[in-house]
Amino acid sequence: MIPNIFDGLEADDGALARLHQRLEHDAHTADVLDVAYRTIDTPVGALLLAATTAGLVRVAYDVEGHDAVLAGLADRISPRVLRAPARLDNAARQIDEYFAKRRTVFEVPVDLRLADGFRRDVIEHLRDIAYGRRESYATVAAAIGHPRAVRAVGTACAHNPLPVVIPCHRVVRSDGSTGQYVGGPLAKSTLLDLEAA
Amino acid sequence: MRPFEDVVAEHGATVLRVCRAVVGPVDAEDAWSETFLSALRAYPDLPAGANVEAWLVTIAHRRAVDVGRARSRRPVPTATLPDRPAAHADPGARDPDLWTALQRLPTKQRQAVAYHHIAGLPFAEIAELLGNSPDAARRAAADGLKTLRKHYREDETA
Repeated sequence: MIPNIFDGLEADDGALARLHQRLEHDAHTADVLDVAYRTIDTPVGALLLAATTAGLVRVAYDVEGHDAVLAGLADRISPRVLRAPARLDNAARQIDEYFAKRRTVFEVPVDLRLADGFRRDVIEHLRDIAYGRRESYATVAAAIGHPRAVRAVGTACAHNPLPVVIPCHRVVRSDGSTGQYVGGPLAKSTLLDLEAA
Repeated sequence: MRPFEDVVAEHGATVLRVCRAVVGPVDAEDAWSETFLSALRAYPDLPAGANVEAWLVTIAHRRAVDVGRARSRRPVPTATLPDRPAAHADPGARDPDLWTALQRLPTKQRQAVAYHHIAGLPFAEIAELLGNSPDAARRAAADGLKTLRKHYREDETA
């Protein structure tokens, strides 16, 4: 009885969508949009893209659990996290072009704050492995001056905050098999096949 | 701390209903926008375990007062209303009788009704917002609701 009186005030989806867009815009203008995110559909499934004001900070596969990834970003960077696609437009377009074989190099500002120390060294090196090339975990370990840290290189690749954009998929086992991947072995072979075709 | 997006998703609709009830369908979206922008700004400092909805209603209460003040300073709108969402697209405006009935209530009654019956705030918290006692807040909500039911859809109140 009592609540029904207020049914006429019920918020419709159109109004809430409009207000959300306005909030995205206002938050950006007021410089309180610490982490903006969106998802995109790709041949390797839905990818979550997240960016700080400095640049792309996280790319996440579906299997990582997008809600868990967002909760992690809220903990590690800032809880001011909003679904705000505009900041990711450029990265989304470049990833689309990559999967359409119209792009071999990503040109987006990146924020590598989620990788530090040894892992940061590995990530920085991965950025130099060119499209279509492959390196073994041992080669990467040697390249960053820790030739015996082959397993640690594997761990660093598994924790790459920006898979696809920073090509940890180009690191394979010395026997030529593809090895582990944060997005699963099928995603890894899909990317390697795409670049080899 | 949960991503702020979760807060918007969980409480956005309720806060919009509160804004519509307190400041009316035309100003509600400004009040909502200011509420969530203020909330986003302050969110990292929100104590763990805080009642998020009560916190949002508190902000909405202050923002709504600001929006109301701004409106009373603005010139009265003329017949042409550009850049405003079409009234028929807005449920708050689609049911103008409800807002007319709410608008007739004394402000504190309208606020007490909205904060208790829409947002579900306890009277102790409403009293803090309205600057009165829990008993006074309870009476304001009860009186407001009684008047509403008398003037709004009288024929349907069985």
